[in-house]
Amino acid sequence: MVALTVREALRDAMAEEMRADPDVFLMGEEVAEYQGAYKVSQGLLQEFGAKRVIDTPITEMGFAGVGTGAAMMGLKPIVEFMTFNFAMQAIDHILNSAAKTLYMSGGEIKCPIVFRGPNGAAARVAAQHSQCYASWYGHVPGLKVIAPWSAADAKGLLKSAIRDPNPVVFLENELLYGQSSDVPDGPDFTVPIGKANIVRQGRDVTITAFSIMVSKAMQAAEKLAAMGIDAEIVDLRTIRPLDGETVLASVKKTNRLVTCEEGWPFAGIGAELSALVMERAFDHLDAPVMRVAGKDVPLPYAANLEKMALPQVDDIIAAAKAVCYKT
Amino acid sequence: MAIAKKKDRPGGIPEASGAELLNYYRKMLLLRRFEEKAGQMYGMGLIGGFCHLYIGQEAVATGIQSALGPGDAVITGYRCHAHMLLAGSDPKAIMAELTGRAGGVSKGKGGSMHMFNRAGNFYGGHGIVGAQVALGAGLAFAHWYRGNDRVSVSYFGDGASNQGQVFESFNMAALWKLPAIFVIENNQYAMGTSQQRSTAVRDLYRRGEAFGLEGLQVDGMDVVAVKATADEAVAHCRAGQGPIVLEVLTYRYRGHSMSDPAKYRSKEEVARVRAERDPIERVRDRLIEAKHSDDEALKEIDKELKGIINDAAEFAQSSPEPEASELYTDVYVA
Repeated sequence: MVALTVREALRDAMAEEMRADPDVFLMGEEVAEYQGAYKVSQGLLQEFGAKRVIDTPITEMGFAGVGTGAAMMGLKPIVEFMTFNFAMQAIDHILNSAAKTLYMSGGEIKCPIVFRGPNGAAARVAAQHSQCYASWYGHVPGLKVIAPWSAADAKGLLKSAIRDPNPVVFLENELLYGQSSDVPDGPDFTVPIGKANIVRQGRDVTITAFSIMVSKAMQAAEKLAAMGIDAEIVDLRTIRPLDGETVLASVKKTNRLVTCEEGWPFAGIGAELSALVMERAFDHLDAPVMRVAGKDVPLPYAANLEKMALPQVDDIIAAAKAVCYKT
Repeated sequence: MAIAKKKDRPGGIPEASGAELLNYYRKMLLLRRFEEKAGQMYGMGLIGGFCHLYIGQEAVATGIQSALGPGDAVITGYRCHAHMLLAGSDPKAIMAELTGRAGGVSKGKGGSMHMFNRAGNFYGGHGIVGAQVALGAGLAFAHWYRGNDRVSVSYFGDGASNQGQVFESFNMAALWKLPAIFVIENNQYAMGTSQQRSTAVRDLYRRGEAFGLEGLQVDGMDVVAVKATADEAVAHCRAGQGPIVLEVLTYRYRGHSMSDPAKYRSKEEVARVRAERDPIERVRDRLIEAKHSDDEALKEIDKELKGIINDAAEFAQSSPEPEASELYTDVYVA
């Protein structure tokens, strides 16, 4: 084990896969000379050179298309978006060109590509720079969607994403980049796509979360323990394919579910999990599922309003108490 | 810095040999007979959805394809039947894709707009106008990354040439000197909107000027001229001089798709082009004038091609619909 920040873990994942496979390359805005807008690609230009670490112009739709075309010919691009907010310019290529072509071609054209970058709210950057796209991309058959929390998962899942023969959307979080945790050493370590992780065992209520919301769920669980509520935290890690079995097994044990996400509640990941549990564990529920999500507004700039709009630890505690019928 | 220019041809275009002309004739006639049959089958309700025919534009893909070699990549939009035929795909499998059958090239899951031939280096068959230009730059990028001398040809229309990602692609291709040939098939109408009503500056071969891209313009109803100009474009790319724009002036006889009655232009306009500029008739006239062939021999070719197309139509109707189990296959690579 070695203690790494999420930022270092992501960089190491890319470097290891680029060493192992000459078809893997990184392209995006500021990934080379600048060493990454958030310094995730630190040192990669120096090790791999300008042909494999490519600064692009500010032209998201164009370079997403270029990467996708290169993948159709068998290369394995990692396309970095400075943030997923800017990937809105490129979403046509992610969906129509990358995700659907295998199906439309009857299996003829594969598209092994990773679209990665920070997702969700950062701090005080207002509505256009602060959106969670988990449910947007999670909606699309043909895509795999990953949103890791720990440094180990960031590394292991990014390596799996790069090796995966399908298009993968890899949602990072700017506020997690500096968080440090233990990562298994060595280039053989990977984490399988599509497997959730129970990061805290508990008996009384299941709390699902992903990305930065796992941090908040863990803080909530500590406070809930002091109130006599023993929460089980499921880190979804992968949004698509969703590990429904792990969630269902946990709910069958605790009989209660609180879902957490930073994105908007309408048609969100929590709504999907609610449907899943309704369809497949209805008789196990002792309380209605509760969703903790971002408020249904564009994210405001003012510090107090921003805090109100984003889901907080206290919101998770309130939801957990409600489903446990504790006041 | 290179600038766009209309190519002067002081010596004119060298005439093609009899064998070359016959080869073009045969290929173009195959495309036309295929599309005529597809139009007929659409009218009979055997083909669904959107169906965009290539009739009138045959010299474009035929001439350019003739300038390419093994490993050169091709990509286009939704008007892709001709490109599939020229990539060497079986007419039966193409027609069966149009009818949505199991024997279709995409197993019936793509339809008229989404067909691919990896072995023939044809990368589709894309339905979002302009998307194929960025993807085509990506195919050129892959050649550049691998350090080979292969080129990529991206076909798009005068309508698509106004899409923002076309300019994004020009910029990156020029910046990295990608071996990309950007072919603007200018058939004068973006669906129902004429160039006059959609495009501020209509010299489309100049579309790459702001990025230093050289541009060529050619009469797209003359297959020999198209081939000769494509040869120049291919040589430019193979020599490592980066991307090039090739505007091909052409015309489609049918509506934008089968559901378009084409009321935005006069019947006389269409009839005039057919009578004066038809790419197949022009080759036919040359073949006969130069005594490379005669009426009877050309009729024989037509008969043979009609046989191939009738077999394709027969197959496309007798091939079964896809198995229900195919619904969930090919969503992911296992």
